[in-house]
Amino acid sequence: MSAVTSIAGLLKVSAEKKLPLWKTVQLTDCAEQDMSEADSWEKMKNMLSVMRETDQSYDSRRRSLSGLSGGDGGKMEDYVRSGRSISGPLVGEIIAAALRMGECNACMKRIVAAPTAGACGVLPAVVIPCGKAMGLPDERLIEALYVAAGVGQVIAQRASISGAQSGCQAEIGAASAMAAAALTHMAGGSSEQIANASALALKSLLGLVCDPVGGLVEVPCVKRNAAGAVIALTAAEMSLAGIESRVPPDEVIDAMREVGEKMSPTLRETAEGGLAATETARKFRENR
Amino acid sequence: MSIFDILGPVMVGPSSSHTAGAVRMGQMTRRLLGGEPESAEILLSGSFALTGEGHGTPRAILAGLMGMDPDDERIPQSFELAGEHGIKFSFGTVNLRDAHPNSALIRAKREGRDVEVGASSPGGGRIRVFSLDGLPTSFSGEVPTLIVRCEDRPGHVSRVTGAVAAQGINMSKLQVERDTRGGTALMVIECDQRIPYKVKVAISAIEGIYNVTRLNPGEESK
Repeated sequence: MSAVTSIAGLLKVSAEKKLPLWKTVQLTDCAEQDMSEADSWEKMKNMLSVMRETDQSYDSRRRSLSGLSGGDGGKMEDYVRSGRSISGPLVGEIIAAALRMGECNACMKRIVAAPTAGACGVLPAVVIPCGKAMGLPDERLIEALYVAAGVGQVIAQRASISGAQSGCQAEIGAASAMAAAALTHMAGGSSEQIANASALALKSLLGLVCDPVGGLVEVPCVKRNAAGAVIALTAAEMSLAGIESRVPPDEVIDAMREVGEKMSPTLRETAEGGLAATETARKFRENR
Repeated sequence: MSIFDILGPVMVGPSSSHTAGAVRMGQMTRRLLGGEPESAEILLSGSFALTGEGHGTPRAILAGLMGMDPDDERIPQSFELAGEHGIKFSFGTVNLRDAHPNSALIRAKREGRDVEVGASSPGGGRIRVFSLDGLPTSFSGEVPTLIVRCEDRPGHVSRVTGAVAAQGINMSKLQVERDTRGGTALMVIECDQRIPYKVKVAISAIEGIYNVTRLNPGEESK
């Protein structure tokens, strides 16, 4: 099997070999890295464990070094627990989980970059709460992480997963596409539906700029994790309902790359434009 | 690129370049020094100087100097831990011209020896050393690498590379720099195979060799 450079290629290999998508991703990587399937599985299992440990160790009293982040995951949890949540406990928990992980990252706790540290909350926020709500065994969640990694790898190779190169669409956008694919797999969707879900999610975040206040991975990064997670859920639901992206996934990824190339450098992690150039952001910088 | 570069690394936040990469810079300096420093001066440049504090960059570099990995949860407490270990440390800023925006200059001392490492962190937790003891160079430590500091004199390159070849190791890249004629020279040799300890022993025995460092990926040479 050759290196993964397109979603269409992943689907083709899976169909030819009569393998589920996650297995194609695993076998391709094992061949490239000269790693056994068992070692690869253990490594992926550890990623899930770290995600869970960090989520469970969340402390709503903890604040980041800058003082900009912390406590919002706790507020969301309290609100969901109060029963007043408009979208109900599952979506509420997805939002809370994304905030918790984003805040853990900002507060220098251990996280799994997925695909980056700034976007580390999106994938666990759908995989862990939805896995629990759907009553799925861990094996299924680990498979879903392979699906997510496969989609992320294609995005990294065809476009980018760096905010400095392509803006936030390449971080939260990529993470949301990965999470949508993972969730569709967990729900029993076909390989085509998995691919389609990733396209629907990424399309929704095309053009998103990287404009961190003070140049820190905090504002708006933490809350964009929550938005990216809910978009992933929306995309998976649409795909499972049989709704198709009119533009296929590989073309959406190529469009993301093109948008990134056309994006002004002031909107690519340099903290010179967008939210980073607002009056509030300037005051924050001056007061430090 | 592995799928574990996409889902991973496991690291202490908040930034792969400003935190995880910064830990790697400290670790690299520790290896080039040959152990835990007694004192360290850390100078931040570019984006590291501007946003490093909020990203925990100084704490991360110090944690690396103490041998911690990027996923070590003690990284946020590195100032306090360094104090307990009796390591003297200071921070400042420097303007490294032509360097990547995420760069630092680290000076560290141990048992009468000192090193000065200039390194950059371009993203994803990876690093690149661009200067060593004032001499320009370029290596990442992602492949087996041998770093030899020696007197600049005829025959050294031949004898050092001979010792590498004697172990059946293939060199993929060889860099040689020196400060002045007859002064100090720096050889950086990247290899296809793991570099065994006996290569270090053989090279160290050559007259005029000051220092040899082996970097084998995945192995901490404390």
